[in-house]
Amino acid sequence: MARAATTADAFNAVAEPRRRVILDVLTEGERTVSEIVTHLPVSQPQVSKHLKVLKEVGLVRSHSAGRQRLYRLEPLALKPIHDWLQDYERLWNERLDRLDGYLYEIQGKE
Amino acid sequence: MPIDRTGSAVVTLPSDTEILITRQFDAPAALLFEVWTNPEHIRNWWGWERDEMTVCEFDLRVGGKWRFAARHPEHGEFAFSGECLEIDRPHRLVATETYEPYADSRAVNTLTLEEADGVTTMTIHVLHETRQARDAHIGSGMEGGLQHSLDRIDKIIAGEREKV
Repeated sequence: MARAATTADAFNAVAEPRRRVILDVLTEGERTVSEIVTHLPVSQPQVSKHLKVLKEVGLVRSHSAGRQRLYRLEPLALKPIHDWLQDYERLWNERLDRLDGYLYEIQGKE
Repeated sequence: MPIDRTGSAVVTLPSDTEILITRQFDAPAALLFEVWTNPEHIRNWWGWERDEMTVCEFDLRVGGKWRFAARHPEHGEFAFSGECLEIDRPHRLVATETYEPYADSRAVNTLTLEEADGVTTMTIHVLHETRQARDAHIGSGMEGGLQHSLDRIDKIIAGEREKV
C-alpha cells in the first residue's frame, strides 16, 4: 500500500523498517546522527530525513549539547502501538485463561 | 493451590511477519495436546468471550482439515479453517490457518509444548505471508506495523510511568 512520505501518526512512522532500527538504537540512550548512521546501510541525509519524520509524530526529540545534536526516544508516544498489541494480547489471554480453567477442571475429575 | 496464571500469556512480534504467543500451564503436554486438537474438548474453551461455537472439526492427520466457526451476538458468524502439516504428538503441531473472509491470506501456525516438572510451556508461532496480513490479523484494519518485540518498550513505558 502506498504511504505518504511524511506520516501523521506513530503507526505509519514505525511502518518503515529503517525508522524501527533508529528507534531500536535509541532505546539504548541518546545518540547523535552520526552514531545512528553506523547502524544503518544508508547515508546521513537519509537518516536525518527519518529522524525528522519520527520527530514530527513525537516519537523522537532532539536537543543540542555543545556542537552536537542528540536524539532521544519519547517512549510514551509509542503507547498507541503498545495498546494495539495489548488488545490482541488480551484476547489471547481470555482464550488461554479459559483453556487453563478447563484443564484444571478436567484434571480435578481424574 | 495451583499458581494463578491468569493473564500471563505474552505476545511478541519477532519480525514483520510473525507473532509469538507464550504461556505456561500446570498440566502435562499430552493433555494439552489432546485438549488442543480434540473437538470434544475444543468446544469447551476455544473462541472469544460471547462467541457461540457452531462448527468444530479437527482431523488430526497430516493433510487432515480443521474448521472452526462461531457466532458472535454483534459481529455475526465467522470461521477459520486450515490443514495439518506436521504432527509430533505431544510436542509439536504445524497447521495452516485461514480466516475465511480472506481466503487468499494463509498463516502457518506452529504449536510447541515443552513439559518440565509438571509445567508445560506453550508457544504458538504464527507466520503470515506479508506484514499487511499479520497486522490485519492483529489489529482489524489498523494500518502500520512494528518489528520490535515490544518488551523493551514495555519496560521503558513502565519506567516513565514510575517517574510521573
